[in-house]
Amino acid sequence: MKEKSVGLVKTEYFTFAKPPHELKLESGLSLGPITLAFETYGKLNKDKNNAILVLHALSGDAHAAGFHEDEKAPGWWDSMIGPGKALDSDKYFVICSNVIGGCKGSTGPSSIDPGSGKPYGLEFPMITISDMVNAQKHLIDHLGIKKLLCVIGGSMGGMQVLQWVANFPNSLQCAIPIAACLKHSPQQIAFDEVGRQAVMADLAWNNGDYYGKEQPERGLAVARMIGHITYMSDQSMEKKFSRKLKDKNYSFQFTTDFEVEGYLRYRGDNFVKRFDANSYLYITKAMDYFDLSGDKLVPGNKRLGVRFLVISFKSDWLYPSYQSEDIVRQLKIKGADATYCEINSTYGHDAFLLEVEEETHLIKHFLNKTFGGYDIVRAYEI
Amino acid sequence: MKSEAVQPDHRIILKIIEPGSKVLDLGCGTGELMFLLAKEKNAVVQGIELDEKAIYKCVEKGLSVFHSDIDRGLSEYPDKSFDYVILNQTLQQAKKVEYVLEEVFRVGGKVIIGFPNFAHIKARFMLALRGKAPITASLPYRWFNTPNLHFLSISDFRDFCRLKGIKIVKAYHLGLKREIRFWPNLFALNSIFVLTRNARKER
Repeated sequence: MKEKSVGLVKTEYFTFAKPPHELKLESGLSLGPITLAFETYGKLNKDKNNAILVLHALSGDAHAAGFHEDEKAPGWWDSMIGPGKALDSDKYFVICSNVIGGCKGSTGPSSIDPGSGKPYGLEFPMITISDMVNAQKHLIDHLGIKKLLCVIGGSMGGMQVLQWVANFPNSLQCAIPIAACLKHSPQQIAFDEVGRQAVMADLAWNNGDYYGKEQPERGLAVARMIGHITYMSDQSMEKKFSRKLKDKNYSFQFTTDFEVEGYLRYRGDNFVKRFDANSYLYITKAMDYFDLSGDKLVPGNKRLGVRFLVISFKSDWLYPSYQSEDIVRQLKIKGADATYCEINSTYGHDAFLLEVEEETHLIKHFLNKTFGGYDIVRAYEI
Repeated sequence: MKSEAVQPDHRIILKIIEPGSKVLDLGCGTGELMFLLAKEKNAVVQGIELDEKAIYKCVEKGLSVFHSDIDRGLSEYPDKSFDYVILNQTLQQAKKVEYVLEEVFRVGGKVIIGFPNFAHIKARFMLALRGKAPITASLPYRWFNTPNLHFLSISDFRDFCRLKGIKIVKAYHLGLKREIRFWPNLFALNSIFVLTRNARKER
């Protein structure tokens, strides 16, 4: 089948939780009004049963596919979303929602606090993955969708997928968490904390009050550099950079001698242009609070009518396969209908954005069989 | 799928399993048997398979499968989660045979085990007269590329069941084309056993 782009797209905005109907947060505080940025591709069918919600990772946004006017690069998951692709926009209505706490059009610490008329900064309440998902539910209700065909995402997106299952088990037909976990491990929390400390150690951070002034660029860039190291594997770094030099010889100075240094600096410098430092703090903290271990994914003896496709990648050491196997273990205990595949990839955690062929194969057929009706598959009744 | 195209061992297993059963297929490969069971017996099937490419084939068929070794991956299942657990042409490749069998009898009501017979007449000839490691239709590999870790005969397996208190409900023996009824330990290439075991603890 010929694969095409969804073409020119625009981000849309949905505002809700206006006072006095603020969204109650897990921390006990409330937030409102809330705006969520989102994009949609394809058309919602008459039965409203072809909707797929795509959830993004830490630094992602609502722009998952197609092109914005005047931009050369497509959305972050363009390889997966579009006509003839795994998330086929000719067949499905694909929605990608930004998260609260972010800085890509949704309400976050850089938004104006209606109370003070100034950006929230650290006045923004702490949020959790569950809060993000509860906000997205308002969007899905607003779009008139009672039951999503599928909720899918990688990394933090995968954590949101699992949270959707925990919060709204009857509102989705199937779930595809990719390179995700049931709970953030001490190693994951540790990397996040180092990133946060890098931001907060930058004097420009100024306790989160830097709007209108200079953003803590150095700190945020260092945080992003650490992040990028954890997204790759030893093998993929060897392949991509080896010990290649930027120039012919060593400079014998603290400049970028090695290509890997140049790459990390480039990534760091680019990131600060498009991402807010406080959002980075809030979202990483939300990930660290994430814990659906034990009975929390599927409480009690409730029968779960959700089909699962759990995907991990062999060389991913940030979200290792054993964490996906933890998810699978819970699903087995609960007798849920599930498929698990560990894709043999050398890309590390980044693989969920790069191993397109294998992911496409699994996701396309899995969705097809789920959407096409349960001719031979149906939920377990153990 | 027409029944002529169905492998003889699959045909027998298809016959054994009652409609609507819950079935776990350990080492399900590309899912042919599970697909048949789901389609013709309306069975609720779940597979476990180690080979990544085979998992893609299962997903194409709409089957649910876990990417895992069969030596682990059963411990999470509650007791008697399945009506049947199938180990067709897998037991001889399991690392921890006794452990796997303990587990399958815990999670399954009945267990179906299919394995190649090492005491087939051709295997005996090759070993006894030609002094060569046996190669038969059901043991097609050379000594250096066989995935099999355990080599057993029908007679060995019956002894094992006696030792472990496993009850043989029924046994089917297969030649190249048809079922073997006379002297299976000499003439059968493959055997399929339907087994049960009484729970250790009465509840």
